[in-house]
Parts: sequence; C-alpha cells; structure tokens
Amino acid sequence: MDIHEYQAKELLAGFGVPVPRGSVAYSADQAVYNANELGGWHWAVKAQVHSGARGKAGGIKLCRTYNDVEKAARELLGKRLVTQQTGPEGKPVQRVYVEVAEPFERELYLGIVLDRKAERVRVIASAEGGMEIEELARTAPEKIMQVVVEPAVGLQAFQAREIAFGLGLNIKQVSRAVTTIMGVYRAFRDLDATMVEINPLVVTKDDRILALDAKMSFDENAMFRQRDVSGMRDPSQEDPREVQAAEHNLNYVGLDGDIGCIINGAGLAMATMDTIKYAGGAPANFLDVGGGASPERVANSFRLVLSDANVKAILVNIFAGINRCDWVAQGVVQACQSIEIKVPLIVRLAGTNEEEGRRIIRESGLPIISADTLTEAATRAVEAAKQQRAAY
Amino acid sequence: MSILIDEKSKIIIQGFTGDKGTFHAKEMIAYGSNVVGGVTPGKGGSKHLGVPVFNTVKDAVEATGADTSITFVAPAFCADAIMEAADAGIRLVCSITDGIPAQDMMRVKRFLLRYPKERRTMMVGPNCAGIISPGKAMLGIMPGHIYKQGNVGIVSRSGTLGYEAAAQMKTLGIGVSTSVGIGGDPINGSAFLDHLKLFEQDPDTHAVVMIGEIGGPQEAEASAWVKENMSKPVVGYVAGLTAPKGRRMGHAGAIISAAGDSAAEKSEIMKSFGLTVAPSAGELGSTVAAVLARTR
Repeated sequence: MDIHEYQAKELLAGFGVPVPRGSVAYSADQAVYNANELGGWHWAVKAQVHSGARGKAGGIKLCRTYNDVEKAARELLGKRLVTQQTGPEGKPVQRVYVEVAEPFERELYLGIVLDRKAERVRVIASAEGGMEIEELARTAPEKIMQVVVEPAVGLQAFQAREIAFGLGLNIKQVSRAVTTIMGVYRAFRDLDATMVEINPLVVTKDDRILALDAKMSFDENAMFRQRDVSGMRDPSQEDPREVQAAEHNLNYVGLDGDIGCIINGAGLAMATMDTIKYAGGAPANFLDVGGGASPERVANSFRLVLSDANVKAILVNIFAGINRCDWVAQGVVQACQSIEIKVPLIVRLAGTNEEEGRRIIRESGLPIISADTLTEAATRAVEAAKQQRAAY
Repeated sequence: MSILIDEKSKIIIQGFTGDKGTFHAKEMIAYGSNVVGGVTPGKGGSKHLGVPVFNTVKDAVEATGADTSITFVAPAFCADAIMEAADAGIRLVCSITDGIPAQDMMRVKRFLLRYPKERRTMMVGPNCAGIISPGKAMLGIMPGHIYKQGNVGIVSRSGTLGYEAAAQMKTLGIGVSTSVGIGGDPINGSAFLDHLKLFEQDPDTHAVVMIGEIGGPQEAEASAWVKENMSKPVVGYVAGLTAPKGRRMGHAGAIISAAGDSAAEKSEIMKSFGLTVAPSAGELGSTVAAVLARTR
C-alpha cells in the first residue's frame, strides 16, 4: 500500500525526522491561504500522486509569489499527471502540497527496504541524491552505501554514524543525520513499512538535514495493526476495478488483452495467463477467485471481468482442492443465469469431484465450452476470442 | 522414502478446534496422517476428533512425542505460534496461514536461529498448501487423491499450480515422492534450495520439479546450487510471463520490483544452470516424462 508524500512526511516527522514546513490543499484558494500561513518567500507546489519522477513530469512547481502559487495549484489540480512510472493514463491530482522552499547545499539519498534476499531490513544511502537509485546502482554502484539490520536488535547508532560519515558530512551535520536515519528506521519498523525513500535528503547552509521528498510503502498484511496508516489509503490513485475487486475480497489486476480470466490460486492464475499467451492470445486480467469460489464470488468475478469492454471471451479455470468442482459448476451455472454473458465462456474444472462438475456444466443447456486440460482450455479461449473479434 | 514427512511423523495441529483446523485435521486423518493431538490455548484437557487438545505446544510434545506441527492460526498470532512450536522442540512446522506481516516473519526466522543446528526447526510456508508424501502422510490442505505415489519430488511456491503438476503427472502414470509448497510470501520459512538439498539426499526421489513465480531471488539461488551439487534432473517452471512490472499478482511475494524478478529472466537463469524448463504450465507433466525417459 502506498501513501502520498505529505502523509509520509507527517508520519516521519512523528519519528523526529526533520521535514520542511508545508500543508496540503484541495483547491487553488486553499493553496494560497496555506502559503500565506506558512510564511517565507518561496514555495514548492507539489502534485500529490502515488508515483515518483513527478518533477520531470511537471508535477512540482517552484513559486515566488502568491499568484504563482495559485496558478500552479490551478494547473495541477484536477489534472492527470503522467510520469515515467504511471503509464500513459497517468494518475489524478486531487491534492497539492504547498511547502516552504528552502535553499540547500547538498542532495543526498536515503532509503530503507525490506530485502528479500537477505530477509532483513537494508539501509541504503548515497551522496549522489536527486537521481534514481536504480540508475545509480547501474552506473556507479561504488557510490552506494548499504547496511543490513540485525532483526533481533534493530539498527544501531554506530551503523547510522558510519553512513553519516560515509556521506561526507561534517560533525555538526553527522549528529543530525544520525537522528534522521534512526528516525526513518524506527518509522519503517514501527509502521510495518516495506519501503521508505528520502530522495533527496538535503543539507542546508546552516548544517540542518531535511527530508525534501518522502515516499513510503507498507505491508498490506500488517494493516490490521496500523489503523492510522491504512486510513491514508487513497482509492483515487488505484485502478477502480481493483478497488471494486478488493471490496469483494478478490484479487484483480487489469491488463491489455481480451481474454478474461477467473481462476483459483495466484500461481495457477499467472500460469493460465501465460498459457493463453503461449497459445497466441492475450489475457485481459489476473483474477484469483480464492479457495472458496462460492456462487456469490463466482458471480462477482464475472461482473468484474465483464466490466472490461475489451473482453471477447472468458476462461474459468478451477483446480478444486478444498472446494469441489460440482459446487463451482453450480456457481458458474447460477452466475450465467443471473448475469448476461455475451461472450464465449470456456470452463475447465479439475480436482475434487471433477466428473460431477463437468456433468453439471454439460447438462445445464448453457452455451459453455468445456475443456479438460489447461492447454485445451487456453487454446479454446484463444480460438473463441479470435472468432468473436472477427464477428465484430 | 520421502522428505520431511512420512507415516511415522507425529503431527499436532495448532489452531486445532477452529473451523479451518477442524476441517483440515479431519482430511489429514482420513488420508492416514498420524495426527496425535492439537493445541488450542484454553481448551487443554478436552478431546477433539478423538485426540487430546493441549494448552501449549510444550504440553503436547511432552504427552505425545509430537515432532511435526501445522498451524491454522490467524495471521496476527501465527508468528507466535510458530516460535512456540520451535521452542517446544517441534522439528517441522508447516504454516498454511496467509497474511502474516513480513516483519513478523523476519523475527520468526531470526528466532529459529537461536537453536543449535541439530535441533533447529524447519519451517515450511507460510501462505502455502502444505506438504504431502503420497500414500504416507499429508500435512496440508491439498486434495490427496490427485497425487500418485512415486519418485518425483515437487517443490512449488503456488498451491494450485503444484496440484496442476501432480495431476498432469498422474495422468501420465508418474508418481510423487513428496510435494512441498513453500508459499507465496516474500519471506518464507524455507526456500527452494532447502528442499532441493533434501530431495538430492532422498534415494526414492529420482527427479524434481521446481515451480517458481515472479519476485525474489530464490529460484536463481536454487538453480545455481543445482548446477554445482545436484545429481538428479530438475524440471523448472516460472509463472508470471504476462505479469506487468510493479504489480502484485495475488501472492504478497509475486511482484516484479528488481532485476532478475521477472519470469523470463528466471526461466533463462534456470536454463543457463542446466534445468529443463517446461515451455508452458500445460506441459509440466509431459516435460517431466521426457526428462525421466532420458535418464532411464
């Protein structure tokens, strides 16, 4: 789960991480009011979208007057910001963050991630702030410092000190940087984050350390104990179909193809999508209907998949373990009777009670194409989608 | 033989009296698994499904000599349950639970290292379908009847894709020595590598199928080990060729976020280390058959 920059800064400030003064605005008038309240001479008006690379995309505007602030906010609000990370459809800007712009001397990089290889938390820092860390890792890996955190004791002050000295800071800056690094780490640990990125972390003329930008992602599995964080979820930044799927406890990811998929199990779902591609087609979505696959869940899945106008055929692939094929078959038949499905439907049932399930589908009198194996199901779906396209 | 579990494994069920624990305990008992008891704090002293219930894992181990456990415990409390089992001396803990926070798993893994190697607990899962040694014992939630007893090991992240492989193999008359689901989470108790090592040691396993998916470095690590150390043929497959970058595909760990995370890259790595990669998930069984035919 991702949150906005201003929310990340609010959280980090609570852990003693110094951030520039700022406040969020939902309208141009409010942005001007905020700038006035904050005081100062220069402000940054920043589009709040769940994406990095906002600066290059024109999502951050430096302003010298209240007029500039108003103009910047008006330009950004209500727009869709397209960055290198959002895809061509971009993300809607519904809030801007107005921040006092402070001059700085140096730009550093500080990141903390959950490292899957080490199965530990890893702190990453570099004196080359402002550029993307992936790019730096490619072009100048020697400029990146890394510390792996021992989970039993957490990040130690000496480790933060090593990083701070390694960044080439003077002694006054070092002690402030240690406070900052330890604060970011505690925020990561206490809030069940999976990623915190401060890029850039800047050093001001008067030796202060400031988090100029902040990005945080969180562990969905831990949101049951992070109510404050989960309350920061902004559905406007997510695919509306995925939001709808989540409401029904379904896992859905929209794709570009035209074969809708309803499958139980994440691995089998991915493998089925791959088999569709292997057979010459393209999947329209990932959808894991889950182990239960009750008639209601199946019906919700059909509605979700059919909400994508590109879908020319639907493939249902269920390998019944806990559940039984005859129940799933009944669910499919019921769904077909209650929802109008105008595209070809291919159903493959395997596992517990597969014969009974296949019989129910066969005897339902519905125009369902039945398949016994994964390859057969994918091939039939690709053929059906092709015919459907030709018929248009 | 088989790996991890057989008919002699003495199994306890953590979260025994809940709906899920009860349902799957019944299935495991019906399959022939040696379930000797269960743990539900507060229900100690009672009986459930004909076996005793204990308040703590320690009590259960003392009374029954249990060496294996399976957890059907809610995500918020599961890390605690796993550590309790490890501390009580359980040798193998299998966690079915989906939704354990990653930082909890980090602590669990650190905790397991407290114990000397000779008595260290092996953990399988979480967010997995469990383990089955066909004809001997089932420690999980899989449909037991799709597995034929035999000589091919399966180790898979995904539950249902592991079923798919076993069912395709059964159709072709190929049986399974043990099938292990390592789970779809970013941090899991044991990795592909841990089980490949066990399969290499098992005289009744003649070949192994390793079914991975996008995200994480474990497939690559295991493949490198196979090239250097494994005498038995390994068939590989990686799900998620069509998965877009940066999107979570159902499993918490199934996300392409770093170099080497994609299915195409992992398949290439497998091939470069001498594994036979199945061209599609529909051909898992036939690829295993072809590899077995070559080695005979």
